[in-house]
Amino acid sequence: MDYLFVFLFVCLGVAMVLGGILASYLLAPRNPTKVKQSPYECGEETIGSSSINFNVAYYLFAILFLVFDVEAAFLFPWAVVLRELGIIGLIEVLMFVLVLVVGLVYAWKKGVLEWES
Amino acid sequence: MNLISTPLLAQADPASAGAAPSMERVPTVSERAAEALQHGIWGAAFYIVIGLVAVLIVVSVLGLVMSYIERKVAGHFQCRLGPMRVGPHGILQSLADGIKLLFKEGIEPGHGDKVIFIGAPIFSITATILLLAIVPVAPGIQVVDMNVGVVYIAAVSGIGVMGILMGGWSSDNKWSLLGAMRAGAQMISYEISLTIAILVVVMFSGTLRVSEIIESQQQGWWIWRGHGVAIVAFCLYLIASTAELNRTPFDLPEGESELTGGYHTEYSGLRFSFFFLAEFANLFVFSALATTFFLGGWLPFHIGDYEGFNRVMDILPPVISPLFWFGIKCTALIFLLMWFRWTFPRLRMDQLMRLEWKVLLPFGFANLILAATVVLTGLYFFPTAT
Repeated sequence: MDYLFVFLFVCLGVAMVLGGILASYLLAPRNPTKVKQSPYECGEETIGSSSINFNVAYYLFAILFLVFDVEAAFLFPWAVVLRELGIIGLIEVLMFVLVLVVGLVYAWKKGVLEWES
Repeated sequence: MNLISTPLLAQADPASAGAAPSMERVPTVSERAAEALQHGIWGAAFYIVIGLVAVLIVVSVLGLVMSYIERKVAGHFQCRLGPMRVGPHGILQSLADGIKLLFKEGIEPGHGDKVIFIGAPIFSITATILLLAIVPVAPGIQVVDMNVGVVYIAAVSGIGVMGILMGGWSSDNKWSLLGAMRAGAQMISYEISLTIAILVVVMFSGTLRVSEIIESQQQGWWIWRGHGVAIVAFCLYLIASTAELNRTPFDLPEGESELTGGYHTEYSGLRFSFFFLAEFANLFVFSALATTFFLGGWLPFHIGDYEGFNRVMDILPPVISPLFWFGIKCTALIFLLMWFRWTFPRLRMDQLMRLEWKVLLPFGFANLILAATVVLTGLYFFPTAT
């Protein structure tokens, strides 16, 4: 039943936005002009395409995030049964975290965490 | 009830196990619906409609109330009055704004990707609705309460990033694109700290079900009982959730002075209002979850087995008490987050990333390991049942 609710809430979110767009379609004026549809840049004419190159650092952070977020997901079951596993569980997780911390230190030394590089 | 955690707690932690059965568990809306389903489909449908309508109303009302409070708080922090014209003390201001937005033209960018442009607010608002569904306001006033609640929270809160990235990408605007990329990098980075901070509470309470996390704080809220590590985790959670909410000092994705509107620059009319709504509802959700995890949710302020003090705190009638305590804690946290906005200057992008990856993340992991030792040695306060 919980997951039926989750599904229904997703439907509710979609319906809410589409309903809102429909309402504004019916109620709001529509008068698109070329100037109105052009990208807003504080009154300046846009130069070139808006699909510009952005800093590669974003990509590197995304990869790092992937590793650590998956790690956090692995830690959830351990955190729940921490008392039962006791010290052995803690040592195992410590080794697991250590491997990832080595990775973080490597990235740090390589300068991945520096925005300017 | 919960098949996994309860038996474990019973043998390992007498404190939580002793406290939990003493209170009668009030079924959530979803559990009531499941029970009604055995008698007929219409009873279940009734509860399902109640759940959906309640969340719909809460999202809309939160958007109105929070934007009013935000403007009032902002006004008074700057020695202004804030909105005063529409209604007494301007309380109808946000309603008037909503009606105005409804009648505004929804401009679509000429070259952008139309489907993604329309789809982006859907992702934002859906993430918010899904999070609202699990917020425990009072016993029984909660739509879903699943046994993997905390994992669900971590999973669903990630959807919001999608909406922002899609919105910025499809707008065909450089401001939007830059704002969305910043938002993406910021939100995914701080999500790790957020998860690690919550993990500390999961360790203490030994369960992933949100209502059981609250019940485990009968002896005292985790922020007091947790011997320092919980306070560090709470601070981590507050910082990370401010970043997740894109609020000042972490409002680079929509820094007005450099990116005009950030990812929602090209959104207008009602479509803009959905981003707006999601943002304000998220402010409530993150405060409510902080209340749940660290401040004992709907429970009154208790100190262990100090009977006299606890009895004074239980003075409110049992129907009002949970709502009162939840409300007061949540409001205080929301006010704190608004206070941040008028206290700290905005960070730069490199400072933002350095703060997360070089300060908060190592701190978070050290705190996590420390918390595990605290739990294993049983060093936290009030470990025995009364």
